[in-house]
Amino acid sequence: MNTMGKLSAAAVVGQQTDEPDSIVIRFVGDSGDGMQLTGSEFSKIMGRAGFDFATHPDYPPEISAPAGTLYGVSGFQIKLAAEGALTSGDKPDMLVVMNPAALKTNLPDAKVGATLIINSGTFTQSNLDKAGYAGNPLEDGSLDGYRAFPVDMTGLTAASLADSGLSKKEVGRCKNYFALGIMLSLFDQEPEVEIEDIKRKFAKKDPKIAEANITALRAGFGYAEATELFVPPSQSLRPQSAPGKYRSLSGNQATALGFVTASEKSGVPLFLGSYPITPATDILHELAALKHFNITTFQAEDEIGGICSAIGAAYGGVLGLTTTSGPGMALKTEAMGLAVMLELPLVIVNVQRGGPSTGLPTKVEQSDLLQAVYGRNGECPVPVIAARSPADCFECAFEAFRLATKYMTPVILLTDGGIANAAEPWRIPDVSSLPEMKVTFRTDPEGFMPYARDENLARPWVRPGTPGLEHRVGGLEKDFSSGNISQVPANHQHMVETRAAKVAGIAKDIPPTQIDGPSEGDLLIVSWGGTFGSVTKARDAAEKFGKSVAHVHLRHLNPLPPDLGDILKRYKTVLVPELNLGQLSRLLRDAYLCDVVSLSKVQGKPFMVAEILHRILELA
Amino acid sequence: MNKTIELKVLSKKDFETDQDVRWCPGCGDYAVLSQVQKLLPTLGIPRENFAFISGIGCSSRFPYYMETYGLHSIHGRAPAIATGLKLSRPELSVWVATGDGDALAIGGNHFIHAMRRNIGLKIVLLNNRIYGLTKGQFSPTSIIGQKTKSTPYGNVDRPFSPTALALGAGATFVARALDTDLPTLGNVLKRAAEHRGTAFVEVCQNCNVFNDGAYATLTDKATRDDTRVILEHGKPIIFGKNRDKGVRLNGLKPEVVTIGENGITEADLLVHDETVPGSILGVLLSQFEGPALPVPFGIFRAVEEPVYEDLYAEQAASVRSQKGQGNLEALLNGGNTWEIA
Ligand SMILES: Cc1ncc(C[n+]2csc(CCOP(=O)(O)OP(=O)(O)O)c2C)c(N)n1
Ligand code: SF4
Ligand SMILES: [Mg+2]
Repeated sequence: MNTMGKLSAAAVVGQQTDEPDSIVIRFVGDSGDGMQLTGSEFSKIMGRAGFDFATHPDYPPEISAPAGTLYGVSGFQIKLAAEGALTSGDKPDMLVVMNPAALKTNLPDAKVGATLIINSGTFTQSNLDKAGYAGNPLEDGSLDGYRAFPVDMTGLTAASLADSGLSKKEVGRCKNYFALGIMLSLFDQEPEVEIEDIKRKFAKKDPKIAEANITALRAGFGYAEATELFVPPSQSLRPQSAPGKYRSLSGNQATALGFVTASEKSGVPLFLGSYPITPATDILHELAALKHFNITTFQAEDEIGGICSAIGAAYGGVLGLTTTSGPGMALKTEAMGLAVMLELPLVIVNVQRGGPSTGLPTKVEQSDLLQAVYGRNGECPVPVIAARSPADCFECAFEAFRLATKYMTPVILLTDGGIANAAEPWRIPDVSSLPEMKVTFRTDPEGFMPYARDENLARPWVRPGTPGLEHRVGGLEKDFSSGNISQVPANHQHMVETRAAKVAGIAKDIPPTQIDGPSEGDLLIVSWGGTFGSVTKARDAAEKFGKSVAHVHLRHLNPLPPDLGDILKRYKTVLVPELNLGQLSRLLRDAYLCDVVSLSKVQGKPFMVAEILHRILELA
Repeated sequence: MNKTIELKVLSKKDFETDQDVRWCPGCGDYAVLSQVQKLLPTLGIPRENFAFISGIGCSSRFPYYMETYGLHSIHGRAPAIATGLKLSRPELSVWVATGDGDALAIGGNHFIHAMRRNIGLKIVLLNNRIYGLTKGQFSPTSIIGQKTKSTPYGNVDRPFSPTALALGAGATFVARALDTDLPTLGNVLKRAAEHRGTAFVEVCQNCNVFNDGAYATLTDKATRDDTRVILEHGKPIIFGKNRDKGVRLNGLKPEVVTIGENGITEADLLVHDETVPGSILGVLLSQFEGPALPVPFGIFRAVEEPVYEDLYAEQAASVRSQKGQGNLEALLNGGNTWEIA
């Protein structure tokens, strides 16, 4: 074990990272230790300092698992980068460890030689037992090869709060701020900004707690400064963010903001019908707080009620929205078919999680793609798009309603538990620079037919309450011209083909596919959704190995971009990395009769850059 | 342009569509359709402000025959769809047409939660105690012993009463009528239309193809006066051909008595009150079953309670008055922001 003393900058980063201009830090502790808060506060401060970052919260499904247990460990990983963080990083360069269980579960992920800042105050016999340690790793040499810095955060926090008048339990809760104080000192940030935040956050609720957290933060900061325990991690790690106004935004927040923007830009109110489910619920929370906008949120009795109420709202002439995750998606299936038949604009968000069934509720997976594209009875085409990053959720949410209203169709937006909870700095766009969304309602009774179609094969949207346009719609097949129910065989074929053609026609609305790297050659990587960052980083890394690799990232998954088939033909090998058993691979093979190599991972975790890089180097 | 709005005087004809009505001849659904078509023009609501939402079943064909806005949806989900419509367009008069299978089996969850919320929907349940459209399986209201295609040896699946269920879920307006008793049917539909909040009407409807005669003892001229009672607000429960029978409470137990016998007078009888706080009286009445007790029709409960869409709108208005109308620019720039020069 390393003795306490000054660390050289290079020891923390530089030679240890694949990406010399970035550092990966993971905060780990008990679910009750406040690691999510500490991590996100740290990210925000570093964002303000001009760093780019990407985060990955990793917490257990239990609300508060028994203290000290291995399965109760909660983690928050953040990568700080000079620019283009893109992923939360593979292996941590640094762990902030709050108890033995957290050390046990996270040490195997850390880089050899990683810096470990450990709360030694929790390494009691009973906690060591709970973590299944035979000896004390702080003393038995098992941390040799790491740079371990034990600090009795529990004891030092308690000492700093001896006169606070708080209970032992309350004092115990402040130690995450002590840890944050250490990190601020280490990363050269003044504690003042955070102190303002603490005041804002706690002062109204409990000024005593606010004071205590501030004291603990200062104590941690002071301790690190006074003992000169650490030096700033890297001189080369200089912020390079583009000028502008920024905020930290998670994928779910960005999704919500994108929907508000769609409503404001179209001038059509938004209605969300939803039922709580991890990891989608935050979208409901965000929108429920925005009652002063033209937004209605409705927590339904179940997911079916969620989508059906949104269909009712869409029928009423507002933007119908429903948000859920895998199991809820399964329940909404029949109603999605109804929306396809009604040809009403509706957006369905699936924040994917590990499946099947309840699966891994708090973990990331991309295994609902085929469900989104195909999972309904009958010939039931639904456009599907997917977001690549937290900030991209904003644009995708807007795009989903643009397509839904332009083509009068339900649209599925896929995000995932990774990007939904991860945060990144978001350069706030200028509202006037955002695209408009044109929505028209039919009001003229002259020659009105409910299923007459425009050049996009979209039928008119009519608000009930419009005189002279009273009409009936429903799930039964209807006559191509009059819209009245019809069982005529040839008419059904015509209607099925028309609905398919309408959705296929969206392809003309998809911009030319962007290729990163050579426009033809040996290897093309095709990815979709939340793997964007890992693939981009892997391609960059491959270039350093002298491999010229191309990358295409898809936003539109149904229909696929019209130029994709030609692009695929221009490369000898196509690699498709996915957090499933090869679902996009199947879609590509099916659509283009071309073979692709699937790289699949289903462990509830994002790809490590190294995993993709490894496969690239094998293939290229 | 002529600025005076001429309120067209509407008639029943204005609410009939050009579609052939496809119910079996003799089906009880016709009477309900006709009563509703008769009622709507009397309500002073423009035709374009009516919307009829249904699920799946014979009864759920209803919207196709109404010259209003209409949506024939999926099995059991009409209350949820109607809720989304009403909440986003509270000015509309939103009606749900449903069946005993649609509302009480597959759609039971949406049904009870609509009542619980007291959202302004008119829910008309055509209870034929059978699955009509799928050609004759038992439903949650089929009686014990009933032989159906899926219970060839008789039903052992205990039924419940839609009226009792609605009351238990907190419905603020609950009524029941027979398809053949047009005055009562017309009256309860009118009162339902006028009610604010969820209005529930159970119509005992004869399916002459798969469950013919399910309500025969209640509709036959020979027996009906002794087997049913029409509830009247503020009046004692009196029935019988000679209007000499009544119901009195013996503790919590209702029993039939004869007026004039054993010194019984009208003053001894249970008096109906639609407005009793809580649903205790309504629930008690909804448990009246023959042959021991007369089956009640009419309005079980009609009380005014806060309406969901009103509460929602009031809350939104108060948030708006505190925060001002939402501003996108301010929202996007909210939270902790920082500038990079
Ligand atoms: C999801 C689904 N399950 C089953 C059916 C088949 N189905 C159609 S109507 C019906 C029962 C209808 O009974 P009820 O609601 O009493 O209506 P009625 O026909 O008696 O008026 C069933 C089971 C369906 N259409 N959809
Ligand atoms: S099957 Fe029964 S309920 Fe259905 S239309 Fe025929 S008679 Fe009416
Ligand atoms: Mg029925």
